[in-house]
Amino acid sequence: MKACGKVFKYGDNVDTDVIIPARYLNSSDPAELATHCMEDIDKDFVKNVKKGDIIVATKNFGCGSSREHAPISIKASGVSCVIAETFARIFYRNSINIGLPIMECKEASVAINNGDEVEVDFDNGVIYDKTTGESFKGQPFPEFMQKIINAEGLLNKIKNS
Amino acid sequence: MGMTMTQKILAAHAGLESVVAGQLIEADLDLVLGNDITSPVAIKEMEKMDLNSVFDKDKIALVPDHFAPNKDIKSAEHCKCVREFAIKNNITNYFEVGRMGIEHALLPEQGLTVAGDVIIGADSHTCTYGALGAFSTGVGSTDMAAGMATGKAWFKVPSAIKFNIVGKPSKYVSGKDLILHIIGMIGVDGALYKSMEFVGEGIKNLTMDDRFTVANMAIEAGAKNGIFPVDDLAIAYMKEHSKRDFKIYEADADAEYDEEYTIDLSTLRPTIAFPHLPENTKTIDEIKEQIKIDQVVIGSCTNGRIDDLRTAAEIIKGRQVADKMRLIVLPATQSIYLQAMEEGLIRTFIEAGGVVSTPTCGPCLGGYMGVLAKGERCVSTTNRNFVGRMGDVTSEIYLASPAVAAESAIKGYIASPV
Repeated sequence: MKACGKVFKYGDNVDTDVIIPARYLNSSDPAELATHCMEDIDKDFVKNVKKGDIIVATKNFGCGSSREHAPISIKASGVSCVIAETFARIFYRNSINIGLPIMECKEASVAINNGDEVEVDFDNGVIYDKTTGESFKGQPFPEFMQKIINAEGLLNKIKNS
Repeated sequence: MGMTMTQKILAAHAGLESVVAGQLIEADLDLVLGNDITSPVAIKEMEKMDLNSVFDKDKIALVPDHFAPNKDIKSAEHCKCVREFAIKNNITNYFEVGRMGIEHALLPEQGLTVAGDVIIGADSHTCTYGALGAFSTGVGSTDMAAGMATGKAWFKVPSAIKFNIVGKPSKYVSGKDLILHIIGMIGVDGALYKSMEFVGEGIKNLTMDDRFTVANMAIEAGAKNGIFPVDDLAIAYMKEHSKRDFKIYEADADAEYDEEYTIDLSTLRPTIAFPHLPENTKTIDEIKEQIKIDQVVIGSCTNGRIDDLRTAAEIIKGRQVADKMRLIVLPATQSIYLQAMEEGLIRTFIEAGGVVSTPTCGPCLGGYMGVLAKGERCVSTTNRNFVGRMGDVTSEIYLASPAVAAESAIKGYIASPV
């Protein structure tokens, strides 16, 4: 499986309150949540994001609240992968559980620039920046988590087992 | 190699003799928690997957507290969804408006969380119950759904950081100052994926309410959980509030820790986290300029307990809230509210010009009951000061203890009684 798209780049500690502000949590509809995705950190994100695009950030992406609405809104906005140096742990779990591909890679998170075209190969963990020609090796998922992702989420895995 | 306190609880719940950091396990759950924001997502997912029953109707807690009492029509639909699920599945621990409180204050008070438990909650501050010696951690709605259906959850066994607490705090220095001090020291990702284990002779000088506050904010350092040893005070609390059996786990003497810190409570000063991260801390003595504020919030799962209200009322009694300042006080549960009423604390807040609200998470996450306008500043006893957390993206939140919040409400600028 591969992801390919234009990069939206952010810094450290992108919290779930800026990914999907709580004033919109009176909805749980993915399409509606997607219309407010990243609103408090990047007002233009929703206008500019296209299917397949990639979010790259540095440390502790998704810190704060446990709201699954955060990865849901990112996935529903069309983003194909989030790359970061580290993820906050609840966001990390939630992404795996709902089948939003994420990858930890310090080098890529620093080197990739806003607007670069990037390709991610989930099978071998290789992140390729087409704009700069650089490639990086991401942290592959343990087998246990890969099974959840392959089943397209935790509940599918439970239902099928 | 020895195990940490957290690892021992997880091993026991996974049916294993021992576990090591990094190991992936599946553990049996003693309680699965959700609120009105996170439960509807979990309930819809369960329905979509045809998961039509719950593993144990007594081991699920549903607490509509975030946008309840209903703040608008959409929130009302969410609360209705939770209520109908509770009725359909005959959930024992569903808490309706009038009986509900802020989940992390309510559950220990109701005796639903005890030492030795493994608890997941679809709310990041579920780590609060570590104050009683339980392993408890925040998860998302899908984990909640899986937990409700199967009674199990997967975990990566965490390594740990040890905090050796010594000494005795001075008057008006509380658990909030301790945890803000720690987050300021290690950063908002300082304990990422790890346990924060608190030990040491100084713990006896922390009240249960202090410990709940400290464990509650472990997540603000990125931690998986925060946990305290079970001492006489914790045992007395559980005996008073719960009929359930509890089990005391202790870390092995040769348990390994990634890092160790010693903190002397007697050296702590009132500590405030400046916008826009809980790690941006300053002690009151480091604040040289006068920072004028528009609103003070005293409440939340972090600091809405009786100790917090007593401290605030002691400082406010007989004084007046500053001109053009809003003081909003939210007792965290109905029984705290009643207790505060009986002790005259509510009268103190109202006579000073403050407003007292029904229990709700409302203002902490910018929901309602105290949303901030452009450029407004708030001193809040809550747990997060992220951009836009309590309202407009240009508003500012200063996190502080109830003592600092109370004094600031009177002065109209950030101030401390000591």
